This record gives sequence, structure tokens and C-alpha cells, in this order.
Amino acid sequence: MAEATAGKIVLTTADGVPLKRKLRQTQQLMKRRAFTLVLPLLAFIGITFVWPIALMVYRGIDNPVLSEFMPNAAEAVLDWDSSQSELPPEEVFAIVARDLVQARKDKTVGKVATRLNYELPGSRSLITSSARKLSRVEDGPWMEAMLKADSDWGKRETWAALQRIAPRYTGSFYLAALDMTYDENGAIVSQPENRQIYVTLFVRTLWVSLFITLACALLAYPISYLMATQPLRISNLLMILVLLPFWTSLLVRTTSWIVLLQTEGVLNDIMVALGLIGDENRIQMIYNMTGTIVAMVHILLPFMVLPLFSVMKTISPSYVRAAQSLGATPARAFWKVYFPQTVPGIGAGSILVFILAIGYYITPALVGGRTGQLISNFIAFHMQKSLNWGLAAALGGILLFGVLALYWLYNRLVGIDNMKLG
Amino acid sequence: MRVILKSALLAAAGSLAVSVAAQAQDLTVVSWGGAYTKSQIEAYHKPYAKKAGVTINSEDYNGGLAEIKAQVESGNVVWDLVDLELSDVVLGCDEGLLEPIDASVLPPAPDGTPAAKDFLPGTIHECGIATIIWSTVYAYDKTKFPGGGPKTMADFFDTKQFPGKRAMRKGPKPNLEFALVADGVPADQVYDVLSTPEGVDRAFAMLDRIKDDVLWWEAGAQPPQMLADGEVVMATAYNGRIFNAVATEGKPFEIVWDGQVWDLDLWGIPKGAKNKKAALEFIKFSTDTQRLADQAAWISYGPARASSIPLIGKHAEAGIPMGPHMPTAPANFKNAIQNDFAWWADHQDELNERFAAWLAQ
Amino acid sequence: MAGPPPYATPLYRSWYYGFRFLCALIFLFLIAPILVIMPLSFNAEPYFTFTKGMLSLDPDAFSLRWYEDIINNQQWLHSIKNSFIVGIASTILATTLGTLAALGLSRSYLPYRAAIMGVLISPMIVPLIITAAGMYFFYSELRLTQTYTGLILAHTALGTPFVVITVTATLVGFDHSLTRAAQSLGADPVRTFFKVQMPLILPGVISGALFAFVTSFDEVVVVLFMAGFEQRTIPRQMWAGIREQISPTILAVATLLIIFSICLMTALELLRRRNERLRGLSAG
Repeated sequence: MAEATAGKIVLTTADGVPLKRKLRQTQQLMKRRAFTLVLPLLAFIGITFVWPIALMVYRGIDNPVLSEFMPNAAEAVLDWDSSQSELPPEEVFAIVARDLVQARKDKTVGKVATRLNYELPGSRSLITSSARKLSRVEDGPWMEAMLKADSDWGKRETWAALQRIAPRYTGSFYLAALDMTYDENGAIVSQPENRQIYVTLFVRTLWVSLFITLACALLAYPISYLMATQPLRISNLLMILVLLPFWTSLLVRTTSWIVLLQTEGVLNDIMVALGLIGDENRIQMIYNMTGTIVAMVHILLPFMVLPLFSVMKTISPSYVRAAQSLGATPARAFWKVYFPQTVPGIGAGSILVFILAIGYYITPALVGGRTGQLISNFIAFHMQKSLNWGLAAALGGILLFGVLALYWLYNRLVGIDNMKLG
Repeated sequence: MRVILKSALLAAAGSLAVSVAAQAQDLTVVSWGGAYTKSQIEAYHKPYAKKAGVTINSEDYNGGLAEIKAQVESGNVVWDLVDLELSDVVLGCDEGLLEPIDASVLPPAPDGTPAAKDFLPGTIHECGIATIIWSTVYAYDKTKFPGGGPKTMADFFDTKQFPGKRAMRKGPKPNLEFALVADGVPADQVYDVLSTPEGVDRAFAMLDRIKDDVLWWEAGAQPPQMLADGEVVMATAYNGRIFNAVATEGKPFEIVWDGQVWDLDLWGIPKGAKNKKAALEFIKFSTDTQRLADQAAWISYGPARASSIPLIGKHAEAGIPMGPHMPTAPANFKNAIQNDFAWWADHQDELNERFAAWLAQ
Repeated sequence: MAGPPPYATPLYRSWYYGFRFLCALIFLFLIAPILVIMPLSFNAEPYFTFTKGMLSLDPDAFSLRWYEDIINNQQWLHSIKNSFIVGIASTILATTLGTLAALGLSRSYLPYRAAIMGVLISPMIVPLIITAAGMYFFYSELRLTQTYTGLILAHTALGTPFVVITVTATLVGFDHSLTRAAQSLGADPVRTFFKVQMPLILPGVISGALFAFVTSFDEVVVVLFMAGFEQRTIPRQMWAGIREQISPTILAVATLLIIFSICLMTALELLRRRNERLRGLSAG
């Protein structure tokens, strides 16, 4: 049946197609079919999630205000060589003046003023009032007219600031997010000390997250061990104590910590009733860093227990017994034999807890008070209160970069496939 | 690519969007909540709803332009009318977030004086019509100071003589003004001093002295509550909130008027509001002489019209004469500062940020 | 727990009890916040501590007034309705999309599998504040902020990773020869899916759906940025309450939510058991 020609056998399917090709075709078809199944979600996540975040990161360098609302002025200011003269020449004054008047007509001058104000605090009224005054001026010389409208137009720093907001893209938001700024000669310098905050906050966020991760690991280890070594019936029962908080709403848990920890709260009352502290010396345990840390450890603890428990469950007790029968003390047997086997579980849990902690917003906002705020709270502040969206985007971009790096690490070490829920 | 994607999505979104727009006869009016919103509901909303046959939805916010900006830029404006501070009206107008309001349609005073003359100077803006003059003051709990309470702004910053926690608004405005007054700067020079970097440093240095004793509030309803709960012994607050806690709930609070910072609240219409016409009708109704005087029967804020002032009577529930409790009453007005909206418009970005940095340190 | 073995040394004995005591403290830490909040929600007084009357179990010290508050408060009722509308709609979307994707992902020959998986899980990993900020900018350009549609789409994106993870996990043990058998017996792919695959992965799908629902039900950051007054959900309403003035009504809502999550948890546990049983069958 096989056609043997010169020792080579070509297998074919019933319709005569070589089997190899047919297999490849089938495989292609199956690949395509699998991809078709994934495609809707991939497209959905791409459009509703990935793309918006990419746009946000882009917003951190986006600088459209001057180039959009005063395009001629933006171009003219950029062309002016600031190293050649103290102030730009009359033509530049004229173009800026005309654009200012136009922007006032378009009702966009406020946006320009806001943007310049980020760069040069106190310059909002310079723009709005100059635009108002200049719209009454018929003709040049414009330098004189602008100086008359506001003497700040005679300052080099005004023009340097204008030059900095002129390009279509800017690094100044990302610089500001790192407590740096441009000086009037365009060099990168540190912010004045009383405005430096974000580097401190990033560092604080890192330390707090690290501390929370450590605390979670220390608290999760004993109870996971207990659950892993108990009979199934008891360990299932104990598991409920871990899962119940896990499934309870974040806001419910935060509320209950406020009830427990506030100065007129349950814990202080108990301590007063037991005579541990006087009624006047109630301890401030919430609306500060303590509150943030306690509530966050509580919220993130299950994320450490679950992976740790699932690793410990698979460790056979006979290894430790063997070590002990060979003469190791219980402590040594634990440290040399048991502990190393649990390291993957600690690693998986730690990275997960750390990733979640570093971007936490709700809990610090509600129980952090003045000193317990993290970087996320400042992103929200600039999104909702100060409306400096460029800076919010830059802070978010830096945070995102850090989280994605950790995510990559998690994927390398643990693999997303091994992520377990519940 | 980006443009194509966006327009395609826009079309898709448009056909999908579940429209929950309020019906044309509804009016969404946004204000500062608590006793203040109540005074507006009693004096404006209820009679207007009866007269014009519309339903008024009342929402609360904590000031600022953030929500308006969000609505205007997203093109989905759900607020029709907002009670705004003057500096926000100025900023919002410049940025094109508010509709211009034609002040010539406002009703004249009963004696025929045109509105433009009847309104106090500076209370009509291109994008806003003022209703009240209010002020930020501080108040203390009398029971906490049996030996005599604080009298001056400097006392608020003196934790040695007047120990205990304080509450202040979370933000630089008007805490910097308070700090300078407490540091001995005359009321009329506060903004001159604040315009220098040294002046700002001086204000922050003053705040540093009480930083550890301060709890920060955001909503106007919080400070009277914090005083009542005994969380703090004194608190900066909007004067009307304290008055109402005293008048209607009998709380033992006392206002210290020294160094008060007064300001206006104005009606503003967000750009592109769905019920712009109805909102304008509501403004016309609520800013007539009688309505403004009516509001003063519910909360101790001064009306923005000269013709309303003689009509101010007694508190509607407690029966107390309201005149002496207004920020503008001569006894209260001695060392008062007018909030300088232009100065704040220029400096609030920088100072908000510096304040946030200072707070987190 | 039977206690330490009879031959244990005193040192081991003290370690044994010490260790259990430590664990008890940690479990107390986990559960105390939930235990405390429930009785306090029945406090007749507007305080957040146990009054003398409550401790002596005086019936007058307990009341249902805070629960009545919820029923009489239009805003709370509206937010409860919103939470269910948004939660259910986004769960349906997330479960459909996520299950389809998981079916594709379970095939090892899918190209760039790891990278695709990485993207699909990312909504779970990226800090919510960044997600919310990004979505806010983008959705507002599409006029989708302050609409139910926008909120549902956002919550769908946040919920899908859970569906993908749980369904993929159920499919790990899935025997693909079953589908081949069905097809060789003449069933078309759709019929094969509903008659063969679906019953087996159903526990995974449902638990994924539960996760997606809880994610939406508990989410507040995106709601803070994207929702208007009209779309306020329960967590958003609680957020406002906690920020300004905690009223005992919040404790009552919290208690109801705890009971709700106990129900969900029980449902999930039953599903897990069923899944284990089914897998046992399919392997045999």
C-alpha cells in the first residue's frame, strides 16, 4: 500500500494530500480558531483599558496649550534665541500681543494663563489682564504697549517661561514629578525646598509597602503553617476566617477600623476600661500612618496567606521528620528543611502584596489623615483638586512603570498562570 | 489612526450611551450642603418650585471647579446651576467653563432702583450673580474655656494659653490670611505681605506652630460637628454654620470675628448646561430683593443687595434678630479682610501645591 | 486539636501552646473588624462604641433605627439599585468575554500566549488610581463619563481578569479528547461547547462571574472619577459618608454587605467542591 520509492515514504491522507502539510494546515486552523476566541477580549481590554492608560502616560509629556491656542506666538517665541538678547525683539512682542488678543476673543486665554501659571507661579493675571488691556490697543509699538499693560513683560523670566511652554511636548511635568524644574536658562535644577515632595512621597510609598509586605509575611506564615498542618476539617474552618475578610467590602473593613481605632473608639474604650490608659490620654491610632498601615495589612493579609498556604499544603511532613531523626533540632530542621521549601510561596505572596500596596488609594485617603498619605493620594489630588492633569499623568506614569516592572518580575518568578483566587 | 479610532468609538458610544439626562422640567442646583443648602431650599427652591412648576434636584459639593471642568470637558453637563466662590467664578469665566450671564435681566429693587445699582459693588460678575456675603471665622466651645475664651486671631494660634485641638479648612485659603493676622499684620496689608515670598514663608511658619494640634476639614458641615463631638476646642468655620448650630441646636459655641475673611457666593451656570434657560429664570427669581432677605432668615449670611438689608428680620425657627449676626454688622466688621480673588487666582496653584507638600511633611 | 503528644518535653509544650496563642491573635486581627461592626449597627445610640446597655444585653439599647434609615433614604436606595445594575451588566459582559478568551488561552498552541495573558490580567495589577485617571481622560473624550455605559465598560475591564483566571484554571484539567469524541460523533462546535465543555467548566465560569461581580460591587476609585451623582453606587455613598461624617447608618449598610459577602463566599465554596468532584470524574 505504501509507495516505496528509493526508501522514502510519503504519508498522505485519504484525499492524497501529504500528511505533513495537512497537519500544518490543521494546526494553522486551530491556531486561528484559538486566536479568534481570545480576540474579542483582547480588543476590548486594548480599547477600554490599555489605550486609555497609554494616552494618560502620553499626557505627561503632552503640551498643547500654547501651540494650539496661540500658535503664532508659540512659533515666534521658540525662534527667539534667548542667549543673544535679554528680551525678544519687537516682532515677537507684536505676534504675542496679537495672539493674546485673539485668544481672549476665543475664550481660551484662561487656559493659556493656567498653563503659564504652573510654570511661573503668579503669572495668571499677567496673561488675562494683558490680554484685556491689549485688546483696546489699536496699533504698535507692541513692546511699549505690553510693558505698559504689565511691567512683567520686561522680565526675562516671563519670556523664558513662555518659551518653556511653547514646544508641543514638554518634560516639565515629569521633572516636576521628580521635584525638579527648569530654571530661566533652561537648565534642570531642583525645586525650592519647600515645594519638594514627590521624591519623598515615592520613597515613603516604597518603604510603607515594603513594611506592609513584611508584616503580612510575618503574620501569614504562622497561620498558614497551622492551617497546612491541621486536619482538613479544622483547616477548612480556619480558612473561613481568612476568606471572610477577603470577601468583605474594602469600605466596610476600612469603616470598621475607624470604629475600632478612633480616639473615642472601641479599642481606646477597652484600654480605658481596663485602666491601661487614662481617659485623657487616649491614643491616636488612626488618621495617621499607623491607621494606614494597620488597615492595609489587614486588607492585604489574605493575599499573602492564600499562596503561602497552597505551597505549604504540598510539603510532606516526612522531610522534617527525617531531618529530626538524623539529629537536627526542631528549630534547625525547620530552618534548613521546611523553610526553604516555602520560599516560593513567600515570594509569590510578597510580590502580589507589594504590587497592590504600592498603588493603594482608598485606605490611606480615608484613614491616613495628614501623615499617612501615599503617592496615589497625590495623583488623585492633582486629578480632582488642583486640576494639574499633566502632573497627575507624570506621577501616574512613574508609578505605572514601577508596577509593570514588578509585574514582569512576578510573571518571571511565579507565572500568571499560577495565580490562584479564593 | 487615532482620529479614525476615536470617531468610530464616538459613534459607537453615542448609539450605546444610556441617556439619563434629567427631564427638561428638572433643575439641578448644586451648593455647599448642610445648613446653607437648607437656607437656599427654604428661601429659593421651595417657592420657585411652586411658582414655576419645576422639580429642583439639590446636590452638594465642597467648592472648586473640578467637577464643573470635568463635566464641561466631557460634554456631559449635568449641573444647571452652581453656588460658587468669587475666585472660582473669575477662573471659570476665564477658562470658558461658565456661561456669561446678562445682568440686565435681573429684577430691579421694589423702589425701582435698577439691579446694577442695587447690588453691592463687585457682586455682579460677567459669569456670576452674587447672593450672599459670607465669611470664614473661628469659633470655640465656651464650656472648654471656663476662665474666658479666646478673643483675637492670635489666640487661635496660641496653644499655650488656649490648649486643645483646633480644626481648620484643608487648604491654604484662608488659613494664610489668618496666620498673618495672628502674626500681627494689619488686615489691610495682608495681601501685600503675602505677595512677597517672605510673607508666604511667614504665614507657613505661623501655621507650623499649631500644625500638630490641627485636624483638617473639607466640608462646611464638619467643623460644627467636630466642635460638638468634642474632637476640637476651636475651629475655623463658615460663620452661618456656627450661627445655626447655636440658634437651632443650642450649642455653646462663640464666634470670634477678629480677622474674619469675607467673600461672596455667586450663582454660576456651567458652560453647556442642559437647562440654561430655566437656570437663568431661577437666578432672576432668587436674586430679587425679597428672596435674598428671606434667605437671611435661615442663615446668618448678608444679602448682596442693598435693598434687602432693611428687610432682614428674625431667624425663621429660633426667632433671633439676624442683623447682629451678619459678617457685615459693624461690631463684627472691625478687623475684616475681603478675600482677594485676583490674588488667589494668581497664586492658588502654587500655594495649593505648597500647602499639600507642607501638610504631608 | 488534640493537644501536644504525651511524650512532649516542657519546652515543646510551651512552644505548642505559645504558637497556638499567637495564631489565635492573628485570626482575631483578621476577624475582629467584622465581628465588631455587626452588633454596633444595632446600637440605639448614635455612637460607635458599646454602651453599658448593650454590654448588659438590655433590649432597649438595641434598635433597628439605622436599618430604617436606609429604607427611608432615597439616596441609599438609589445607590443600591445602581450597584446591582452596574454589577450585573458588567458581570455578564466580563463573563462572556472572559470565558471565550479562556477557551482560546487553554490551547497551548496559541501564539504569543504568555504576552496575551499578561495583557489580559493587567487590569488586576495596574493601580486603580492609574486606571481611573486614564479611563477618565479617554472616556470623557468619548462622552462616556457620568453615564452608566461608561461605568459598565470600565467595570467589565476590571472584572475580566478574574474570569480569565478562574476559567483557565478549570480548563487546565480538561480532557480535550472529550470534545474530539463529541465532534467525531457528529456534534458541531457550538453543540459540543454547550453539551460537553460548558457543564464541566461551569463551576469555574460561575466563580469567575462572582469575582467579577464583587469587583464591580466593591469598586469605588473608578466610580469616584467616572460616575456622576446619578450613577452613585453603594461604595461611593459609603465613601462620602466616611469622609464627612460617619453615621451609624454606614454600619448598618456595612452589616448588610457582610451578610451578602458571606452568601457569595458560601456559593463559591460549594462551586469549588462541585468542581473538584467533576474533575475527579473526568480524570477517571
